[in-house]
Amino acid sequence: MEQAIKYQAKDYKSDQYVRWCPGCGDHAVLNCIHKAMADEGINPKDIAVISGIGCSSRLPYYMNSYGFHTIHGRGAAIATGVKTANPALNVWLMTGDGDCLAIGGNHFIHAVRRNVDLNIVLFNNKIYGLTKGQYSPTTDKGFVTKSSPYGTVEEPFIPAELAFGSRGNFFARGIDVDLKNTTEILTAASRHKGASVIEVLVNCVIFNDGIHKKITDKEYRADRTVFLRHGEKMLFGKDNEKGLVLDGFKLKTVTIGQDGYTLDDILVHDAHTEDLTLHMMLGLMGGDMPVALGIIRDVEAPCYDLEVEKQIAEVQAKKPIRKLHDLLMSGEVWEVK
Amino acid sequence: MTEQTKVTTLEKVVVRFSGDSGDGMQLTGTIFSNLSAILGNEISTFPDFPAEIRAPQGSLSGVSGFQVHLGSRKIFTPGDRADVLVAMNPAALKVNVSHLKPHAIVIIDTDSFQKSDLDKAQFTTDDPFKELGLDVQVVAAPITSMVKDGLAEFGLDNKSAVRCKNMFALGLVCWLFDRPLEEAMHMLQNKFSKKPTIAKANIKALTDGYNYGHNIHASVSTYRIESKKVAPGFFMDINGNKATSYGLIAAAEKAGLKLFLGSYPITPATDILQELSARKELGVKALQFEDEIAGICTAIGASFAGSLAATSTSGPGLALKSEAIGLAVIAELPLVVIDVQRGGPSTGMPTKSEQTDLMQALYGRNGESPVVVIAAATPTDCFDAAYWAGKLAVEHMTPVILLTDSFLANGSSAWRLPDLDAYPDIKPCLSTGYKESEPWKPYRRDPETLVRYWAVPGMEGFAHRIGGLEKDYDTSAISTEPYNHQKMVATRQAKIDKIADYIPELEVLGDKDADLLIVGWGGTFGHLCEAMETMQENGKKVALAHFKFISPLPKNAEKVLTKYKKVVVAEQNNGQLANYLCSKVPCFTPYKFNRVKGQPFIVSRLVEEFTKLLEA
Repeated sequence: MEQAIKYQAKDYKSDQYVRWCPGCGDHAVLNCIHKAMADEGINPKDIAVISGIGCSSRLPYYMNSYGFHTIHGRGAAIATGVKTANPALNVWLMTGDGDCLAIGGNHFIHAVRRNVDLNIVLFNNKIYGLTKGQYSPTTDKGFVTKSSPYGTVEEPFIPAELAFGSRGNFFARGIDVDLKNTTEILTAASRHKGASVIEVLVNCVIFNDGIHKKITDKEYRADRTVFLRHGEKMLFGKDNEKGLVLDGFKLKTVTIGQDGYTLDDILVHDAHTEDLTLHMMLGLMGGDMPVALGIIRDVEAPCYDLEVEKQIAEVQAKKPIRKLHDLLMSGEVWEVK
Repeated sequence: MTEQTKVTTLEKVVVRFSGDSGDGMQLTGTIFSNLSAILGNEISTFPDFPAEIRAPQGSLSGVSGFQVHLGSRKIFTPGDRADVLVAMNPAALKVNVSHLKPHAIVIIDTDSFQKSDLDKAQFTTDDPFKELGLDVQVVAAPITSMVKDGLAEFGLDNKSAVRCKNMFALGLVCWLFDRPLEEAMHMLQNKFSKKPTIAKANIKALTDGYNYGHNIHASVSTYRIESKKVAPGFFMDINGNKATSYGLIAAAEKAGLKLFLGSYPITPATDILQELSARKELGVKALQFEDEIAGICTAIGASFAGSLAATSTSGPGLALKSEAIGLAVIAELPLVVIDVQRGGPSTGMPTKSEQTDLMQALYGRNGESPVVVIAAATPTDCFDAAYWAGKLAVEHMTPVILLTDSFLANGSSAWRLPDLDAYPDIKPCLSTGYKESEPWKPYRRDPETLVRYWAVPGMEGFAHRIGGLEKDYDTSAISTEPYNHQKMVATRQAKIDKIADYIPELEVLGDKDADLLIVGWGGTFGHLCEAMETMQENGKKVALAHFKFISPLPKNAEKVLTKYKKVVVAEQNNGQLANYLCSKVPCFTPYKFNRVKGQPFIVSRLVEEFTKLLEA
């Protein structure tokens, strides 16, 4: 009956003043989320937006839904509790690279492993913004920040790799400056049953300005990213003149019409295949290879929250006891008259 | 009975079953205590497991014990020292020396008191009793060989036959206490219903043990414990962890809410997770998560989503949950946090009991972060305490920390099944009940209780945002305004303080005009009560005030504490309740009795110390 109501993006906006810095990538993602929810037509009363701590975790205050701004790193665990207690809710987790992958790393990998039906939006700006400029688990090795004045000496996480390593079934990557495509992947994530991880590459205009510039700037974007859609060829470049092929066990970029490659040689993206091999390779692309955007993996699997309810239903089908008193009387009791 | 056997009628007696981990002492003790409960005796039991999963056979570290205290009048504790000890091997004898009364009866299996057995228990002579300097009555029976002979007809392998020797010992104890065997046989039938031969063999060993006692002309005392007239009703044997689990289920049932438990295994609280995760027929969602923090955070999420949510842990886990408890404080969400206390600090003594987490429960968080703290007094009281924890949490929108301890968690006694209709109602403070003229906001409060109204995702018209940031008293929006923060800090404290109007007053047991008031809290109730009664028998005027509600204090606490000339606060820590009471009650200067040994109080020692105080 709820489908009858047409929602608009503004129905999901709260009356709170948005306090992010002017030019912050989070503004754009917020708009994409409002739009995605309107496209999905979910009643705001059935949406719960959970977050941890950090700039992006302010997002629940800007939603006209149920929202819970929690503590640093624990959003995934709290969202797991919300969804498990009431699987009918549409539950979102708003989190950043520090919140999700450093202090909250343990909860993140386990929420993904359990396949709790959460939409996890990971705002990745490769920096701690709210504490004003320290390095995060996704900061590139050698990068100079306030807490790494001589550069970091540690390897970063690649969120896709971590999500796949946690047996994730949905991973997508978007960029803050591409509203249309980011809205599209957020909508797909909301629709996906199970833990959906959406990494959004966002710019921190104050502490890490231009960190994703080489990918996101209009002049480079066509050549340095490849937007993946299930069932479509992995093409990129201004005129889709380039594409991805397999060369032995490795991915390789080719130009159609050169070195004997034709359109037929270009790989077709299969986001639904259970085999992780190609998804992992696509997720890890960077450097000389274009960064993969869009939905890299989207595989159906049983959801934790529903499995919990299913097991209860199975036990209840076998055991008629519903009240504590009856349970106690069914045990080893004796009567004193 | 033979003429050499004298029958002594006793009010109470302590029996301790002790043997190797694999000797089945827990089962033997449980059957004996249930048997006694069915006959109308009061019982209190305590199991004493080794920390090791499987220690070497016959070694001192592998001794497993089960103590039961039974009597014809109210029994409060599993007893200080045993009147009767069953020692299945020399290690069991050695380990229990300090747990024996003078002239106690010790039943031993001579087949396992051979040279090699004595060596394993590090005896240096061949007379363990003399070596230990024990003055006891010994019933020495070749139990293993008699069991093997008696069970020859069943064609069991040697191992299975020998395994029945605990039932022979039980039979012997049943003879000693004049317990008819029918109920025990019935229990064995049930226990081994799928293995009829094993059931028959155990029953045969039980009967042989009983008959052996009858026939040996043993020159030891036998006992008769009079049955007590107890209130009619249905009873079961229950330990503290199970009672806690059932208390939560009862609270959820009464409140009309779903029960959610987020937890992580930790000794000695794990049984609560295990019990509740088995209660799927009742619709309980009890789940194990990746760590202690996830345990409480999932519970907070479930509470936000409208469940009666709880998490169960012990001291180290409570430390990990501190930040999340603070979130539930500022978000004003209902939450029950159960801390089954154990020996600390750090990993400390996981299987031992103490009361050292009170300050952590009261104050162990950043910021001004008041919560409700309550403590269970006995294993069966864990049910009521958990029920009250659930009730206060959802009616007052606050985290409630329920303190039990390892002693209560594993100790058991007979429990009269509760009549839930007689328990107070539980009415969650839902936003649908909001009646004020101003439009609803998440932090709008009931003017009387200062409780905010609970709105749950899915409710139409109540969408809202809450969180760990301070909020404005009126608008519920984020605020760092100084006067507002002061007001919110005061309001959160006042909300907790007002709960004093909704909890029972502090009860005083004993003499109205007592010369000494004993004050305690939590799991020491039994020992303190028994100490008080013993002192009264000695002609002293004493009273006991035992705290179950600690934050807030019951309304009459100050009046009670300042009424008596002498007050002693007795607790298994360095004085945490005493210091707390001193901070709350002006000019309160109690004596303190503190022991932190990981062991229950010893009643005789309490009596000695309290009498000294009285006479000082």
